[in-house]
Amino acid sequence: MFPRPIQTASPAAQSLYKTALPVALILWLLPLIAVAVFSIKPAQDFTTGNYWGAPSSFEAAHNYGQVFFNSDMPRYMLNSFLITIPTVIGAVALSTMAGFALGIYRFRSNLLIFFMFVAGNFVPFQILMVPVRDLTLDMGLYNTKTGLVLFHIAFQTGFCTLFMRNFIRALPFPLIEAARVEGVAEWRIFWYVVLPLMKPALAALAVLIFTFIWNDYFWAVVLTQGPESQPVTAGITSFNAQFRAAYHLMSAGSIVAALPPVLMFFLMQKHFIAGLTLGAVK
Amino acid sequence: MTTTSEPRPRGWYKRNEIAVTPWLFLAPAILFFLVYVIFPIFQSINISFYDWDGLGEARWVGFDNYVELADDSAFEVSLWNNFKWLIFYLLAIPAGLFIALFLNQTVTGIRIYKSLFFFPFVLSQVVVGLVFSWFYLPNEGLLSNALAWFGLGPLNVLGDPTWATYGIIAAGLWPQTAYCMILYLTGLNAVDPEQVEAARLDGAKGWKMLWYVIIPQLKPATFIAFVVTIIGALRSFDLISIMTNGGPFGQTRVLSFYMFEKALSEYGFRMGYGAAIAVVLFLIMLMFIAYFLFSMYREEKGR
Repeated sequence: MFPRPIQTASPAAQSLYKTALPVALILWLLPLIAVAVFSIKPAQDFTTGNYWGAPSSFEAAHNYGQVFFNSDMPRYMLNSFLITIPTVIGAVALSTMAGFALGIYRFRSNLLIFFMFVAGNFVPFQILMVPVRDLTLDMGLYNTKTGLVLFHIAFQTGFCTLFMRNFIRALPFPLIEAARVEGVAEWRIFWYVVLPLMKPALAALAVLIFTFIWNDYFWAVVLTQGPESQPVTAGITSFNAQFRAAYHLMSAGSIVAALPPVLMFFLMQKHFIAGLTLGAVK
Repeated sequence: MTTTSEPRPRGWYKRNEIAVTPWLFLAPAILFFLVYVIFPIFQSINISFYDWDGLGEARWVGFDNYVELADDSAFEVSLWNNFKWLIFYLLAIPAGLFIALFLNQTVTGIRIYKSLFFFPFVLSQVVVGLVFSWFYLPNEGLLSNALAWFGLGPLNVLGDPTWATYGIIAAGLWPQTAYCMILYLTGLNAVDPEQVEAARLDGAKGWKMLWYVIIPQLKPATFIAFVVTIIGALRSFDLISIMTNGGPFGQTRVLSFYMFEKALSEYGFRMGYGAAIAVVLFLIMLMFIAYFLFSMYREEKGR
């Protein structure tokens, strides 16, 4: 193990390490802690210049109440869910199938198609912006959640296929050969043999894509406008315009907007990290 | 359904099952990807040769857009800022390794520490941008307050043309470092303990051990950290849009932001010109994509 386990160090070094840990963590999360404290402060703390001190009174209920009952935030949150969840299902479904095809079968253009997905996934968004916006307009899907979902599914399929294909490659191939010898149809091999083995990959990809799509800002701005279809990342900017310089409300709004992926991460931590670090070890 | 097919002569699908199935499974993904990703790349390249406001008739102008770019000082600033992003964003890799080494211990509660250190990555860039723009507030901000302790004057990071871009990059480094950290923590987990012990017996320790024994074994993690950081640097848009909206005086623009401004914002709908900027960004990215694909190709052949 590297670095050397702290247990083998002197007691002084050990206690130094144990105090350094929380100190480093507080410094690391300081901006976030500040926002959390902001969100429970009363408005007058900011007019009196008490930015970084303790709250003069505890106003969490009022501030979060404003966010939930006196703004478009609930609407934006709902939009975010209605955009994120179909995208997760669509992208995972398409890429599981594509990954199966590229991972199991050997045909001539296999690697070429695989690299097409990989390369497309690295492309800067801006080169797609004008044509995709045009296409969405032509289909009459501009400023709809469907338009955003369709694009997200397509783009995420690149990364997801890379992920799924590599995962399927690592499965024991004799299992599939055995099923073929038994005369099992190919689609049944997919459904009954491969899919059950892919549960960890499906979970990992689902939480990752959920976070990526929830946090998307660029495409939300390009393809939608207004509270009827914009997700919360874009909505928060109009929320902030509404409550300009009301730091306590902006903080509460930001925390609400950030909460779903944060919860997702803490609840599904194992899968999340497994998904992110796939390929980080051999 | 299964009982009838056995005795009859096998159908076309049955005979070609192994050859046809992969294409059936690939069809939806390929269709979506072609329509929304591959074709638009070529359409953008095509649009970059036109003068087009997005509504009326497009007029063929050849290389005029590119010629105009060469003289556009805002484009030059954006290009330079992209290089700054590329270089300073890479600091996330050593910083992530440093934190990973710091946290790679087995003391009580270390798992909670690891996930809390990773936390910033889960936040949307919009939230990160907001949080940091408050951190940088000229008078009330935490940074100015901290500087005041050392007797240094208030600093308006985001209002200062020379500092603003670095301020935004620093905000971007926060989640990116967390990402690199988690990659390295996973990598460190897989470091071969026998090699470490053997090196220890040979008297290697500290920096030497890290440089000659550990880092070579972390190569896969480093590769991924490099890929995601480069892509992140060239994609930077959200933070700039939230924190400065390109200002002050357009000094924090990068190509991705400038392109958006030209093509879609209140400065007018110059789709062709915007597409030309996007093509330049794409070409820069293409060098990296080619390198990444080449590395992956060698891997695949090596198997």
